[in-house]
Order: sequence, then C-alpha cells, then structure tokens
Amino acid sequence: MSIARFWRETPRRYNLGGSKCTMCGTAYFPPRAVCPTCAHHRESIEKMVPFQLSGDGEVFSYTVVHEAAEGFEMQVPYALALVRTVEGPVLTGQIVDVIPEEVRIGLKVRATFRKLREEGKAGVIHYGYKFAPAEELPTPPHGGASAAARSSATKESDRASA
Amino acid sequence: MDAGIVSYGAYVPRYRITPTEIGRVWGTDGESMGQGLNVHRKSVPAPDEDTITISTEALRVALVRGAIDPQQIGAVYVGSESHPYAVKPTATVVAQAVGATPNLTAADFEFACKAGTAAIQTCLGLVGAHMVRYGVAIGTDTSQGAPGDALEYSASAGGAAFVIGREHVIANVERTVSYTTDTPDFWRREGQRYPSHSGRFTGEPAYFRHETECAHRLMEASGTTPKDYRHVVFHQPNGKFPQRVGKQLGFNEVQMRYGLVTPYIGNTYSAAALLGLANVLDHAGPGERILMVGYGSGAGSDAFDLTTTDEIATYDRSFGRSVQSYLDSGVELSYGVYAKYRGKIHMGGS
Repeated sequence: MSIARFWRETPRRYNLGGSKCTMCGTAYFPPRAVCPTCAHHRESIEKMVPFQLSGDGEVFSYTVVHEAAEGFEMQVPYALALVRTVEGPVLTGQIVDVIPEEVRIGLKVRATFRKLREEGKAGVIHYGYKFAPAEELPTPPHGGASAAARSSATKESDRASA
Repeated sequence: MDAGIVSYGAYVPRYRITPTEIGRVWGTDGESMGQGLNVHRKSVPAPDEDTITISTEALRVALVRGAIDPQQIGAVYVGSESHPYAVKPTATVVAQAVGATPNLTAADFEFACKAGTAAIQTCLGLVGAHMVRYGVAIGTDTSQGAPGDALEYSASAGGAAFVIGREHVIANVERTVSYTTDTPDFWRREGQRYPSHSGRFTGEPAYFRHETECAHRLMEASGTTPKDYRHVVFHQPNGKFPQRVGKQLGFNEVQMRYGLVTPYIGNTYSAAALLGLANVLDHAGPGERILMVGYGSGAGSDAFDLTTTDEIATYDRSFGRSVQSYLDSGVELSYGVYAKYRGKIHMGGS
C-alpha cells in the first residue's frame, strides 16, 4: 500500500473514525458520505457527521490464519475476527494477546494500537487498530506467583501459538 | 510549584521470560544471575509492539482516567532510547493516535533511562508558565541486550504516561532537582543494534553517585529527611541497585515497597522509575509524600518531591490495568520464541 493511501486512512486506522447519519442515527465504519439505511438516502447527503467508535465490541465470527499474510509471518497461527462494535459497525481485525484456542464467538474485545506492517527494514511503519480481549479468559495462561508451577505448560502452548 | 500530575497510565506487554530460561541457552547459571540481579522475570513485547504502540496504550489510559479532552493537550514528549525511527518522531504518531493533533508541540527525548523524567520536567515548565493547559510526558522502552550479554537478563519493555497540568492535580510536584555529569557508563553508537556498557563502572561512579547526590540535593533544598516520605522510587536497572541506594540514603523497605517493580518485569529503561511511580499512585491516598529519583546513563539524575492531593481520593482508576496486575500476570516464552519476537534470528536477505 502506498504511503499516501495509508496516510489518508490514518484517522480511521488510528482512531476508528467513522461517520454517523444525523437523520436515523446509524453509525458507519469506514465512514460513508451517504446513509444507505435511510429510505430517501439522497436526503442524508451532507447530513453525515464524523463519529469515533469507542473500540469496544465482541467477536461476531473468526478464523485462525496459518498461512500468514505478508508481514505477519512472526505471528502465525493468529486469529482474524469480525468484531461487532457496540455502536453497530462490524470491523475486521486481528485478535492479539490470546492463543487462537481462546478466541470464541461472543468474546468481549477492545481495540488496541499495534504495528500493522513495515515497508521492509528501511521503510515506513504502519500502525492501526487490532483487538485484544476485554474480559478474563477461562483458561488464561497467566503466571504471577505461581508461574513456575505452570511454566512448562504455558511454554508448550506458546510454542504452539508462535 | 504551580503544576503537578493530573492523570497517568501504564502499559506492560504480555509476554515474559525468566533468567533461568536465558541462562539455559547460553550455558550459564541463569537462576543465580536472576537472584543476583533480583530480577525474576522480564517483559517481552509482542512482534507488533514497539515504543509507539506502548506509549499510545499508556496515554490512552491516562486520558480516559482523567477525562481529559485530547485537544487540550499542548505538548507531547516521549522519552525513550528505542524510538522505532532514527528520524521521524514517535511523539507525532502518539499524538495523532490519541486525537491530540494538530495544535500542539511534540518531540522525542533521549537520555538513556531518564528521558521520561526529563520530559516531565519540561512539561512542568510549560504548564507552570501557562504556555499549555496539559503537557504529556511519556517514558517507554523496548530495550534490547546483546544475546548472551548480562543486559539480556534484565532489558525489558513497558511504558508510563503522565499528564501534567494545573487543574484537578492528584499529585503536586513540590520541587524537582537534577544532577548531571559526563560519565561514560553505557552507550549505543549510531547504527549499532545493541548498547555497550562499562561493566562494574556502571555502579559506583555512575548510578550510585548520581542517585545519591541528586536525592541529597533535593532533600537539602526541600528541608526534608528520608522519614518525611511515605514512598520512594529510584531508577531500577535491576532489583538490587535501588534497594542498595535506598539503604544508603536511609530509606526502609516499607517506603520502597510499591516503587520497586523491576524484579517482576525487568528493566524497562525510560519507564522503570515511572512505572514505580505509577504503582505508588495506584496505592496512594491523599497527603502522601513521594520521592522519585530517576537515572539515565551518560549520566544524570532527576529527583522529584511529590505530594498527593485530596483529588486522588476521587480519581477513577477503573479504566486500564493497575501496575500490580502487570506484575502478577504474563505468559512465559521459551528462548526460541523470545529470540523470534525480538528479531534476534537471522532470517537471510539484507
């Protein structure tokens, strides 16, 4: 993707900047200039306002990627999900800070700011939203004081996930 | 001083590695190394995390907690020695990602591990002079030690963001004092991937001299003694140095309890003292006096005399995670996965 194109999309990639119809209240991401929901949608022209999504939502559906897209080789297997935001729009995004087995439909997630890809070692770095769990997971491989006791198991799971 | 901390946020990546696991690969007694350094685990950033993403996460938490309109931020300074770009500011991406652009000034700071405290001092000046309403100071690093080097057992990743202002201040900064010399204890030359250090020279003439001299000068100027402080936070390149310097200065373990976080997440460099301060603020009530003394190699110390206000009693910390939750959690990695995540594996090509 060209630098200029990515730069133009910065508001939506960095800040989930969408739009909202002031006639019917429907939110859109990416932003739309016309509201397709309104019966006479020509009337919504110039009545759409910028609207920032909160970043909160839940997994609507997901898949586990084993054959990485370019730039994601270090992260396979990883979960790619359709996230239904609390404001309504459904976004596609990677779910990070989980092992894929922990992702399920209905999982509460929150947008997080991550590196999306690099244009090689010398090129520009692209940033944007991904999603991370916003709820305690039933099988968290968390450590803490008892980390040593569980470390062998978590190492295995990490090997599997990384 | 007519300025203080209005809000703060912390972020530590999810992954951890133990000194034992690192030592297993290099044929050294990693467990003893960890015990000697008083570092039990260190944090590791995910492949898609860097100083920009960590800074953004920490600042977003701070802005929500303080209910701060990002358009009221007049300055964003990010202190780090691991800025993703050599040329192109970290601070502009962070400012854009929190919605603070375009009417503000922004810059990256670098002073080894004390760039974050230097950023706080700059913000105090701007806010105190009424040039900006809010100034943001962030200390973040994704530090690397050369494979097998002593630094590899402690160099980790994390960040903390502080919003400095005059209204609804939760911790007043009563005074700040610095102590700076030219001391070649630790450096990284342009284009070099890993830092170099002068071994034992990093101790007495560098860390200990600057920390103690700076703390003494601050207490002398404030007319205080160690017993006047409820909490103390030192720069913490490992878990041992801050304990020793605290003892030298006359502080006890109760005063150092919340300010010491390195044993559980490693040395987060520019974030090390600031995550200690964030942990203190997580636990503090009104009227608690705090001494923080940062340190950066090369070398200098910045000391801060802070007192929490009544505002902290109603400050809403519910958004984002506490520092303690980061100290208690994490997913341990094998050295192989750690090496992959940190780009230590040669993948071929240029």
